[in-house]
Amino acid sequence: MCLAIPSKIVKIENNMATIDVDGVRREASLLMIENPKIGDYVIVHAGFAINKLNEEDALESLKALREAVSLIFDDHKQK
Amino acid sequence: MSIKHLHEYRDPELSRDIIEQIKKESQKQIRLMEVCGTHTVSIFRNGIRSLLPETISLLSGPGCPVCVTAQSEIDAFVELAKRDDVIIATFGDLIRVPGADSSLQSQQASGRDVRIVYSTSDALEIAKKNPDKNVVFLGIGFETTAPTIAASIQAAHDLNLKNYFVVSAHKLLPPALSTLAENQQINIDGFILPGHVSVVIGVKAYIPFFEKYNIPCVIAGFEPIDILQTIHMLVRQIEGNTPMLENGYKRAVSFEGNPKAQSILDTVFEPVDAAWRGLGVIPLSGLKIRKEFEAFDAQKVFDVQLTEKEEPKGCACGEILTGYKIPPQCPLYQKKCTPIHPIGPCMVSSEGTCAAYYRYHDTQ
Repeated sequence: MCLAIPSKIVKIENNMATIDVDGVRREASLLMIENPKIGDYVIVHAGFAINKLNEEDALESLKALREAVSLIFDDHKQK
Repeated sequence: MSIKHLHEYRDPELSRDIIEQIKKESQKQIRLMEVCGTHTVSIFRNGIRSLLPETISLLSGPGCPVCVTAQSEIDAFVELAKRDDVIIATFGDLIRVPGADSSLQSQQASGRDVRIVYSTSDALEIAKKNPDKNVVFLGIGFETTAPTIAASIQAAHDLNLKNYFVVSAHKLLPPALSTLAENQQINIDGFILPGHVSVVIGVKAYIPFFEKYNIPCVIAGFEPIDILQTIHMLVRQIEGNTPMLENGYKRAVSFEGNPKAQSILDTVFEPVDAAWRGLGVIPLSGLKIRKEFEAFDAQKVFDVQLTEKEEPKGCACGEILTGYKIPPQCPLYQKKCTPIHPIGPCMVSSEGTCAAYYRYHDTQ
């Protein structure tokens, strides 16, 4: 089962991170992460962070999606 | 990425707008398949099937690791658990899957040492604390999980740990897509590609598959907006007759994937033909431990034999995993086979299609 919720790195020690998901804290290995930093959001799978989330892409995708939808809806409402 | 943005990916208003768009654009009768157990659960939990127009059918494919593990592998795990010198370390779902004669849970109940772990680090700790026992980790899962298991083998190697072993029963996703695409009976119009497998292997890993079959493919995230957006992208590709390989989960999936994870995986494992429940043997769709690390290979050290036995009578897991049947078409579903007394693995795992159907379908 994949945990889809992003986890925030709050502490790093010996390539192990303490991660926080909505107040719940766990340990995760940072072995597979390039340049991990405190404050980064990561996807964690079976005790390993497997990727950093790209905030810029997250916001951009949402923006593009909202724009696409609103365009069609304006079009729809006019009809 | 703050939790605030996560909520935006669950925004009901935006969901409604995307659904309206899908309804407007979807004309052809199409069959889309998701090949990730977490997508299956998310689709059911969010009631997505009931919101889509009748033109779109969603099929659940072989995306649940426990479900695709071959019967012969389950039986081998149970045999290993019977050994006095062995402690089994495993992810939770696996212990309830019935083998031909017994399950890991039954072995545990009869006093065998079977322990559920959250990650391979826990399994390594068990090995360190029990030097007089052999700890065998049951390695199942796709490209997302396999690097974490490879990392444990590297760690055991570096720590010179002599009592840690892995059964590698991993599966690789792209080869299974080819098998599904070639199956004329299932007839899939587009694939909702897995999110976290793709985090590891990247968009590039699907290119050979896409170029060969030219079938619409979109990589999806797990939130309702992610999934609806993916369905919309697939509808557009199909209606416009413009098959593409698109990435609908850009905040997590890159073109290259995670090179560190790929490198760990490649160092420890090599591709091998593997048997999948429901799909049979697929060339180069499994992973075996490389010769350099064979001292950690439980299959070699304990001489594990894989013997094909009949799957449970009447159980349609194989056909359900390929989207050929839906759970209510299985004669055992809801009768002999329930989440409390599962007969097939699709009912055992929380992300199995039968378990998801059982939990959510009647409420939709």
